[in-house]
Amino acid sequence: MKLTLKIWRQKNADDPGRMVPYELDDVSPDMSFLEMLDVLNERLIVEGEDPVAFDHDCREGICGMCSLVIDGTPHGPQQATTTCQLHMRHFKDGDVITIEPWRAAAFPVIKDLVVDRSAFDRIIQAGGYVSAPTGSAPEAASIPVPQADAHAAFDAATCIGCGACVAACPNASAMLFTAAKITHLGLMPQGQPERYGRVTAMVAQMDAEGFGGCTNTGECTAVCPKGIPFETISRLNADLLKATRKAS
Amino acid sequence: MAVTGAILVLYLIAHMIGNLKVFLGRDDFNHYAHWLRTMGEPAVPYRTVLTIIEIVLTVAVILHMWSAVSLARRARRARPVRYAARPTTQEHRYATHVMRYGGVVILLFVIWHLLDLTFGAVNPKGGDAQPYDKIVADFAPSHWYITLFYIVAVVLVGFHLRHGLWSAFQTLGWGRQNRYRGLRLLADTVAAVIVLGFVSVPVLVTIGVVS
Repeated sequence: MKLTLKIWRQKNADDPGRMVPYELDDVSPDMSFLEMLDVLNERLIVEGEDPVAFDHDCREGICGMCSLVIDGTPHGPQQATTTCQLHMRHFKDGDVITIEPWRAAAFPVIKDLVVDRSAFDRIIQAGGYVSAPTGSAPEAASIPVPQADAHAAFDAATCIGCGACVAACPNASAMLFTAAKITHLGLMPQGQPERYGRVTAMVAQMDAEGFGGCTNTGECTAVCPKGIPFETISRLNADLLKATRKAS
Repeated sequence: MAVTGAILVLYLIAHMIGNLKVFLGRDDFNHYAHWLRTMGEPAVPYRTVLTIIEIVLTVAVILHMWSAVSLARRARRARPVRYAARPTTQEHRYATHVMRYGGVVILLFVIWHLLDLTFGAVNPKGGDAQPYDKIVADFAPSHWYITLFYIVAVVLVGFHLRHGLWSAFQTLGWGRQNRYRGLRLLADTVAAVIVLGFVSVPVLVTIGVVS
């Protein structure tokens, strides 16, 4: 297939950046989206131009590095799929595809399509852990966990921290990411001692990083490649209300 | 946002039930309007309860707007560079996307509504007329544009509640995957009942059932 790509090019954080169009012939429908960009980059290198910088690592949909907004949707048109697992068969000959980085003040662009997601690390550092020494993997049944809680916690724990939720949110809020960790640890017995301090600290860090506020639009969960459920946000809100009551 | 919104929704339900008294006839409706002012008498002086309600509502509206404006400002700061491609909505919920603009239109409507039926400044009958006569004069067929504005505003309130109520449940921590269908249904039902209740008055006045 023949495609027209409109790609965001930005030399560094200080460069204002701009959209640059590229024509690409002979795209196979079996290529992944990132392989298609590899082909473009090989051509740019041969032509002596600067290749397009984009984040990627495992290319198996589990590391959370790939981060492209494709035609206005983070990770592109295929639901519950990371960019690396998106294949060109979902596009057709002659398509014009717009490729942009995650857009958020808290995720500054490093170069082209690569953004700095350290803000997520700092939210986790603020409380997304348990201090109890857990040692090696314990006997599975030694700490009983209700089946429903185990499932809900596991669903939340599948978050790969890619940041698509922030990219999709009209408010650029990091609520789904933060809520996934709050839910994961809040449903486990090991997470109980720090439960209410954790939610206060993580929400405070989220606000300090300059993310927007949540208005429950649901755009985050719709683009999440891991399908983190929307209820995690309500669980965070419940914990936060309780933490506020306990503090006062 | 959720708490001030809840106060306003409770008020809207009471206001709607009061409005429906117009169908019981002129005397019943005017008597009800008078009772609003004498509520609590003789334990408290004339208009005490009503004044308290007015103060609570004003504070709720101001705090509700303050929350909305700060959220909108935060959102703008949080995304300084916008997407070149039009961000495609994955949720496809019209109500969610008219909260901010809809809220502004509702505010303008409320200001006009108070000038019209509370102060009578823009009412065809003036401020001294009886409540029932003001309503009938307002929604007479010759003032079709007032009826239309009223209906558009009330429908916008309905959309506002459709997302607002559901969002409030989520904010208060009641949202769970197995409850979402029920909560959506509850929000939609309350929104629909409020819209129908409020719209019934001007429509029935315009077609002459209430005169």
